Amino acid sequence: MSTGTTKLDVVVSDVVPVNDLVTRFHFRRRDGGLLPTFSGGAHVVVEMRDGELTRLNPYSLMGSPLDTSEYTISVRRDDLGRGGSLFMHRSVKPGLEMVVSYPVNLFSLDLRAKKHLMLAGGIGITPFMAQTAQLAGSGGNFELHYTCRTASLGTYADVLQQRHGNRIRLYHDDRDERIELDRLLSSQPLGTHLYVCGPAGMINWVRDRAASLGWPTETVHYEHFAAPQPGLPFDVTLAVSGKTIRVGEQQSLLEAIEAAGVDPPYLCRGGVCGQCETNVISYDGKFIHNDHWLSEEDHRSGCKIMPCVSRFEGKSLVLER
Amino acid sequence: MGITFRKETFRDDFTFKNSPEHIRRFPFPFHEDSYMYAVNIEPHVVGPKGSVLENLIDVDEHYVAEMQDRALVLAEDPLRCQSLPHMTLAGWDLLELLMEQQALGYPEHFTLERNGDRWRWINRPLGIDDTFTFGDTSTLPYGPMEYITRQSQGDFCILDQRDGNLWMDAGMVTTQADWSLDFDIGMNFFEWHAPVPLAHEKGIFVRALKFLTNIQQGKPARRLNWTMTINPRLDTSPENYHKWGPDRTTVTPENVGDKVHLRVELQSFWRLPRSNGIVFPIRCYLIKMDELVTQPKWARRLHRVIRDLPEELATYKGLTRYRPTLLEWLSKLDDGSATSPGFGPD
Repeated sequence: MSTGTTKLDVVVSDVVPVNDLVTRFHFRRRDGGLLPTFSGGAHVVVEMRDGELTRLNPYSLMGSPLDTSEYTISVRRDDLGRGGSLFMHRSVKPGLEMVVSYPVNLFSLDLRAKKHLMLAGGIGITPFMAQTAQLAGSGGNFELHYTCRTASLGTYADVLQQRHGNRIRLYHDDRDERIELDRLLSSQPLGTHLYVCGPAGMINWVRDRAASLGWPTETVHYEHFAAPQPGLPFDVTLAVSGKTIRVGEQQSLLEAIEAAGVDPPYLCRGGVCGQCETNVISYDGKFIHNDHWLSEEDHRSGCKIMPCVSRFEGKSLVLER
Repeated sequence: MGITFRKETFRDDFTFKNSPEHIRRFPFPFHEDSYMYAVNIEPHVVGPKGSVLENLIDVDEHYVAEMQDRALVLAEDPLRCQSLPHMTLAGWDLLELLMEQQALGYPEHFTLERNGDRWRWINRPLGIDDTFTFGDTSTLPYGPMEYITRQSQGDFCILDQRDGNLWMDAGMVTTQADWSLDFDIGMNFFEWHAPVPLAHEKGIFVRALKFLTNIQQGKPARRLNWTMTINPRLDTSPENYHKWGPDRTTVTPENVGDKVHLRVELQSFWRLPRSNGIVFPIRCYLIKMDELVTQPKWARRLHRVIRDLPEELATYKGLTRYRPTLLEWLSKLDDGSATSPGFGPD
């Protein structure tokens, strides 16, 4: 029906360095009004105008859903990424006018849960900032286990402990502290739901152990945005619009399609929502699938690609776009 | 200038009528001379002045009478309104949506004053002036969903979204076309649609679910559905089938125009912000044949649609028994001339 979500015209109201890697950005509405209400776990897509390039990156909203005077996101600098986080860290200053999407929640709380057990790794803490605020405001039962590399990189660990006391448990890699996952998962009351957000390895580990220990899949929730990976440039023919485009090294296929004036629908831009799924008409080469949407069978078939995160290496690729 | 609310009934003496202006604004559901299922979903945006889409939540001349009829249904059968324990937050979302939209569209009839969590709601047609704390159920006479849907036309289903599916976990359903909230409560999208013929085979529900789970905040969608009802009865529920089912045997060539009603549902779909649920208002519009055929284009087109309707659909919609009588009556109004494209009257 449409490309993405409704847009919001915002201005950067504050930029706050949190630690060596993470900076927090505050946005307010340009017209001074309230922002749309959101639910804990929601993200917005931030549009970055970086010279010729337009990047659209999703970031979890980390403020309290009870306060819609501003939106806040935290961005971890990725020196090896495609440049979105570097742009945010280097070029986004208070007063800059930007555009963000309406909030979208692909990682929402299951409100039936008798208890919410949350596991965060690194910057995966951000959706839990909003979810814990939401639950604390309504007397919800939750417990958050948060793994970080060092105390100084434990983004918001202090804030969370201050707000929620012993509902927050910290684990520091440099002190060799580890979540005793099996014991934790084996000792939860009935009706507990499990939420995990962090590096792919952590998500897989937690899902795996939960499955082995008999957790029903519908009680295990995870946020698994894959950031688009840089790669070799490649050429693509868009059959419907009759265009041939080149996907740059630091560009995603979706961004290259959009730069050519074609607008596939999208929501997450991280390979999970399924909106930008695109049919492959023909190809000679090899796909680099990075999404969590298509089945393994789809991946093997060579008939479909998720252009937000996946790439291609080879002689030719023709898409139904 | 406000709406003049009609005094009328949807039961017993059935005094329900549409004024001439309301006949012209009726949401006639056929854009061509035939009908088949389609995923006929479009963005729910404001439409032309004087149409039922002038406001995203429509209030019309039947408002007061419909709310009185709802209160009667609930007094007899409280299970028409149910909300599973995890759906209270979604109920507050719905309360906010309906108060905001009604106050926006009809400021002469409804006023919402917000002062932080302290809200004042004035509903002049129903004589309500309540001040309450948003989020605190103890400050309202009913739960938030029941409170506001006793003051809003149409049925409301609130769907919880989880596990890639939608779950019918709350609702206020008193003006339904033969389905039961009490039966469907807790079911998922495929379960509650199981009785619908033909559409499953066409893959319609798989596509519709995919669309609905991706409905975004600030971007509601809508579709029209239709059936027919004998007598202007809002409550055609399975629970009360013994009251309205036999009506189908009472249609004669003499009373078709007065008894047979086209029943159109304007269904809309909205993402709720706090709960991440979806609310699905099902707004029912009734028009009797005598009123409908005052628009010659509608008379011709309805004749052709009913005549060519596949048997399974006619059965599902409950038309079988009186279809021949209705067709005979409508055929006299169809001279075979072409109809203009689009829904509206000529």
